[in-house]
Amino acid sequence: MGFKKGKILGLATLMALALPLSPPQALAEGQLNDIHGNLYEAVEFDHDMHIELLQEDCSKCHHHVAGVATSQRGCASCHRQAVEVPDPSCKSCHSLEPFSAAELGRTEGIPFINHRVKPGLKAAYHQGCLGCHQEMGGPVGCQDCHAMTENGEKFYHTGAHAPAPGKTDKHH
Amino acid sequence: MKNMNRRKFITNGVAAGGLAVAAATSRPTEAKAAAGTFGGYPDSMGVLVDMTKCIGCRTCEAACNEEQGLPAPDKPFDDMSVYDEERHGGLPRRTTAKAYTVVNKYEVAGRDHPLFRKFQCNHCQEPACLTSCFVNAYSKTPEGAVVYDPTVCVGCRTCMVACPFYVPAYSYESAINPVVKKCIMCYDTRLKFGRPPACVEACPNGVMTFGKRKDLLAQAHKTIENNPEKYVKHVYGEHEVGGTSWLYLSDVPFEEVGFDTHLGNAPIISYVKDFLAMVPMVLTIWPALFAGFHLLSTRKAAADNDKS
Repeated sequence: MGFKKGKILGLATLMALALPLSPPQALAEGQLNDIHGNLYEAVEFDHDMHIELLQEDCSKCHHHVAGVATSQRGCASCHRQAVEVPDPSCKSCHSLEPFSAAELGRTEGIPFINHRVKPGLKAAYHQGCLGCHQEMGGPVGCQDCHAMTENGEKFYHTGAHAPAPGKTDKHH
Repeated sequence: MKNMNRRKFITNGVAAGGLAVAAATSRPTEAKAAAGTFGGYPDSMGVLVDMTKCIGCRTCEAACNEEQGLPAPDKPFDDMSVYDEERHGGLPRRTTAKAYTVVNKYEVAGRDHPLFRKFQCNHCQEPACLTSCFVNAYSKTPEGAVVYDPTVCVGCRTCMVACPFYVPAYSYESAINPVVKKCIMCYDTRLKFGRPPACVEACPNGVMTFGKRKDLLAQAHKTIENNPEKYVKHVYGEHEVGGTSWLYLSDVPFEEVGFDTHLGNAPIISYVKDFLAMVPMVLTIWPALFAGFHLLSTRKAAADNDKS
């Protein structure tokens, strides 16, 4: 392994600090913040527990950056060698705003289409975590990982902001 | 035309009818192009929906509600009992004047999880709603959105009949000024500023990809090529009814999850183009022509009358 646990925690924190919408005081080591800001609390991510559970196979999450060759067909057609990159954090590859004009302009110039087909950071987390949780029987409910905030309840019209019961739309 | 509302339209009667005809014959260039071989704006934006990734969380529905300032929903957006709701004939939920996008659940035999299908306006390259609208409320913007001007809409609902996807909905509850309502791809608040629609940005699982339509098509085909055993070898919306800005990938045959696969690849306008091209000719040339014939044929009689 070319990187240490502490470094990952630090990177997670750094990543969280870079989020424009998240309040800085909510950040602590090991927390992954809600990327779109304020609908959910930060995830209390127990990195040590996941390392133990996955028997120190970092590539289970840090796919094709942790010195293990990838099995994804689009990547493997060129990248046959196992690579180890200096920054294995999700954020170093997956963009926080994958569809911003700046990001779209940047990726448009990339000649290899497989390099362009890459989920944003939020999607990478959810696809990575949720995909594995579904396979391994981990928690899959939204609030199993992050509790909904007051703003989230407003957004989803739920909890304290739930619509009055008994209302139905007759024009379905 | 801009300030016309339903009431004025009706009270103006015949005069308004004349105006509408004038509008139909002097459509903006973008719509006029649709009557020819318009294949869509080259750099228009679109959304690629990978339905295999959708987990049915309905966050896109909540984001749409918030962004478009729609009325509060009947049930919370984290209430999954809506997936058991049925309309007449056992049909799943559809778009309404209060919900421009809905997600429906499909139990598919042999699939581990149910398939969730997000549904909204597909923003056709050559929209049938635009073609059918006689007050010219609709337009297709160069960014790819099919938008409409509600101040012009007279509530005739022709577009609801014309739409091959049954997308436009009607604000029946408004007694004073009922109008048609539908997804505008967040044009006013986001798309025209180069930002993705709210649903795309809100989706936690990367189901939707926003980008230039031509790039999305290349991505879609690459995704199928990279996972041939997983995906159906078809990008829904690439050719259907002349192509749509929203494109779909699925691992279940499209017809099994609510898609109409018998729409054909010709834009709806091509079925009525020949007739529509005749309308201005009939309305503008015929009156003058036959008035001329009439004057010519009665000229002698009129001259005789003058003499006597």
